[in-house]
Amino acid sequence: MLDNLQLLFVWAPIINIQVILDGIFVGAVFALSAYGLALVWGVMNIKNLAQGDFVIMGGYLALSLHYIGIPLPLILIIVSVIMFVFGWGIYILIIRRIINQDMFVSLLATFGLSLLLQQVINLFYGPEVQTIDMKMGSYDAFDYMVSVPYSKVMSLVLAGIITFCVVLFMKRSRMGQAIRATAQDPRAARVLGIDTDRVYAFTFAFNAALCGAAGVLVSIIWVIQPFYGITYSVRSFAIVTAAGLGNLPGVIGAAFGIGLFEKYTGMILGTAYEVAAPVAILLIVLIVRQINMKRNRQPVR
Amino acid sequence: MFLKYAISVFSALAISIAGFAGTALAKVEGDTITLGSALSLTGKYATNGLHTQRGYDFAVDRINSTGGVKVGGKSYKLTVKYYDDESTPARGAQLAERLIQQDGVDYMLGPYSSGMTKAIAPVSEKFGVPMIEAEGASRSLFTQGYKYLFAVLSTTDLYLPGAVHFAADQKKSAGQSPSDVKVAMAFEGDPFSMDIRAGLVELIKDYDMKLIIDDQLPADLSDMSTTLTKVKALKPDILIVSGHSKGAATAARQIDEMKINVPIIALTHCEAAKVHEKFPNASTGFLCPTQWTPNIDKKDAMFGNAAKWNADFIKAHPSYSSVPYQSAQASAAVYVWKEAFEAANSFDKDAVRDAIAAVEMETFYGDVKFGPDGNNVAKPMFLRQIGADGSYNLVQSFSDLDYPRNVSY
Repeated sequence: MLDNLQLLFVWAPIINIQVILDGIFVGAVFALSAYGLALVWGVMNIKNLAQGDFVIMGGYLALSLHYIGIPLPLILIIVSVIMFVFGWGIYILIIRRIINQDMFVSLLATFGLSLLLQQVINLFYGPEVQTIDMKMGSYDAFDYMVSVPYSKVMSLVLAGIITFCVVLFMKRSRMGQAIRATAQDPRAARVLGIDTDRVYAFTFAFNAALCGAAGVLVSIIWVIQPFYGITYSVRSFAIVTAAGLGNLPGVIGAAFGIGLFEKYTGMILGTAYEVAAPVAILLIVLIVRQINMKRNRQPVR
Repeated sequence: MFLKYAISVFSALAISIAGFAGTALAKVEGDTITLGSALSLTGKYATNGLHTQRGYDFAVDRINSTGGVKVGGKSYKLTVKYYDDESTPARGAQLAERLIQQDGVDYMLGPYSSGMTKAIAPVSEKFGVPMIEAEGASRSLFTQGYKYLFAVLSTTDLYLPGAVHFAADQKKSAGQSPSDVKVAMAFEGDPFSMDIRAGLVELIKDYDMKLIIDDQLPADLSDMSTTLTKVKALKPDILIVSGHSKGAATAARQIDEMKINVPIIALTHCEAAKVHEKFPNASTGFLCPTQWTPNIDKKDAMFGNAAKWNADFIKAHPSYSSVPYQSAQASAAVYVWKEAFEAANSFDKDAVRDAIAAVEMETFYGDVKFGPDGNNVAKPMFLRQIGADGSYNLVQSFSDLDYPRNVSY
């Protein structure tokens, strides 16, 4: 550990650039699925444990489309549309029935959905690790000490575009406004003539589409396997907990923060601890919140 | 009320029928010997489970079509009863118990992977049922004092030392000391990879080499760029990675992306991860351990020699372009069963167990002779280097090695 610190700050400080860049690429992908989770959580109070499996499903759909030779931007659109329809279907089939039940029902139902998705993907695609190799090469700097794969740059750009569209959509469109209204007060929204059932369905489908898009990016920059969903679920939960619900800039900030934290943890403690890093953050955030709440809590006189 | 009654009667009936069926299906019936195996036919080990099953079935067919197993002057046919363990150890142990207790199987073939073997071995041990396994290489399987567990393959501690020896030889030939070698390692935390690591750490200490990177990889590995960033900065002489297929696939992908230029790179599961098909550029020069290759000079009366087994197996399963060694060792395990039955000339479990322990034979897969712990001590492990054309070339000494790795990004 000590020599890793020395490496970072004394021997070869240049590799900090590599670590920071990697953290940013990681964060961009996390931001998408985390925002989807924040939406569903905030609007309908459903904690979706199948979040990561939606990501992986998107990745595998992208893989199939890639094999039949469809270009990447089109893949992104097609996968998002398929996942949107899929999400709508899941809403009608499962989520609508559990939306007014207590938390454990939603956790159990989405956990079941997660298991089901894993096994179905495994059945169709097999357990092998897969990846889409865009064969785009990488950009090297500082005597090959820093290398940036173009595929990661592209995924960062695409993630940026998607986020921009989402922000615009939530601010300007009627549906975006309806979603925000429903999140604030579903009863008032209903009184004012918003069809909240439709809003819920749309929100869940929209979340699935965001996860699908994240999955496409994951499949071009890393590798996917049917059982990898859980790591994306954990990260999404950590990010949303750290950022709070319904706070898009917060989610993006937290995603990049966790991405960087993960990479530095990996660098200093070893790659195995990278996955543990978001969980550690989750714990710290919860403890700090608890302490703050205690401090502000006042007895009723 | 009636329904409840009917259900209980029905289930009682079903259980007793199952019980009868169990005894009826005992180990040797008529002219058939039944071997049992819980194999991963679905779940995460499904691919390799299938390779194993095909290896078993190939050998069973060959033995049956060439006269079967001769015991007491009578010729018996072999058959294997399979259950799908769904790649989960708990299910494997359950199914092993079912094979032995309900189905009356007295002779077991192994499951796929060290983890599954670890779950099943205590069960077969408890019932005193001999098991010849072909797919569990973990050294720790053979330190438990099991008496009924035998493995035809080499154990994990023999997987990669060859690569470290090559690094030492390279320094020697350059007039330096092996202790100048800088080693970088990244291993997954599972028993299999940790066993491989343990074997290497000892050797590295013996040579007094410098272990400059010693990272652990997570089970859900999809990104090891931090480890590789360190590799770039510290420039080791040899990089060793092990984390099953996903480790090999992730490593190959990111070695390619990050243009890692280490002269010797050794990793397990190259074939399973199809590293050369996916990353032809980066994977050139990778050293990969293998239990078996078709170009070794080993022969037997049943399958001919290694090349002949390979050709026949491809004929039976044309979907393979190159045959995974998992299938070869599975065939070898069945072959050892035949030899053991004939040597024991009996179907008594313990007589057969002693016959297995005494087996000493040459097979297309290599020599088989079990040590006191049940592992095969007669067969060496092989290292192959991936050529630029995707061929896997056997490397037996440093002079066979393409050094440094001939790669241009």
